[in-house]
Amino acid sequence: MAVEKEVYSSDKLDEAEGAAIEALRTASQKVIGDPDQWLGELPAGNIFLTTLDIALDWARRSSLWPVAAFPACCAMEFMSTSASRFDISRFGMEVIRPSPRQADLMITAGTLTWKMAPQIKRIYDQMAEPRWVIAMGACGVSGGTFAQSYSVVPGYNHIVPVDVYIPGCPPRPEALLYGIQMLQKKIAKERNLSGSKKE
Amino acid sequence: MTQPLNTKEVATKLSQKVPGSVVQPAGEAVLVDKAHILGVATYLKEAPEFDFDFLADITGADYYDYFEVVYHLTSFNKNHRLIVKTRISERGNPTLDSVTGLWRGADFQEREIYDLMGIAFQGHPNLKRIFLWEGFVGYPLRKEYL
Repeated sequence: MAVEKEVYSSDKLDEAEGAAIEALRTASQKVIGDPDQWLGELPAGNIFLTTLDIALDWARRSSLWPVAAFPACCAMEFMSTSASRFDISRFGMEVIRPSPRQADLMITAGTLTWKMAPQIKRIYDQMAEPRWVIAMGACGVSGGTFAQSYSVVPGYNHIVPVDVYIPGCPPRPEALLYGIQMLQKKIAKERNLSGSKKE
Repeated sequence: MTQPLNTKEVATKLSQKVPGSVVQPAGEAVLVDKAHILGVATYLKEAPEFDFDFLADITGADYYDYFEVVYHLTSFNKNHRLIVKTRISERGNPTLDSVTGLWRGADFQEREIYDLMGIAFQGHPNLKRIFLWEGFVGYPLRKEYL
């Protein structure tokens, strides 16, 4: 049987992809710290807008829209969380956006391989600021049982900055909801306009 | 239920049609010589009494001294199945004939074995890494990896 070469991806494309993955892998050996430690170092402002801050934070934390980027099995628990029994829409989060441009929260449900890492980074980069990341599950936190593997990223914080870590394999929906509430409390403390560092 | 064929009978027929191909006739599987794997596969597919029109899967295994490649064959028409094995004793640059020309389903499976164990399937139309990326060094499922 003659197999036509056209059905296969070109060698050049594969080599370019491989080079991109290797470059990302080399650049991502260090862990990115908590955004609170390095974000928001704006020039010191002398306007004090606390009341508006409270309104902004309230709006942001009450309508966190997750992006649909769930690489592996923790997504099952996320589905459970978003379904009627645990009902994520109590937090104004039921709109799961397929487009990262309309989302402001990434819930990293599942193992991330180096081959998938450039796509996750691209989705994160496409999300509009302000944006937050919840590392869900053992693999999201540290690579979990695959941390020493040849193909798995040892924690999403090598690729994107993570705000809240939820351990578990997989975490139960209650744990995810608790993590979401922690993130909401974190957002509530943010000072967006005063220019001062976050508390 | 799909019936397993008697490996002894298959081995007898194989040694008549493809002389010198059978190494170990009895047991759960027919163990054939690696040089004859393509001839054996062609015969098993095309002979009317076998008619193996479906390759369920290919497995690669590392036993330190040799690599073993296992073919699970099924016939939908005859409703029987057979396991064929072959061994590659060379560790440095193991090669084996590709069966992609017979069963298209072998395409990705042989690429996966090449990707993770480094067995080069000769005659494969597109032999390159499938799960790992171009530029990855080593073959992770080999015993000496890490």
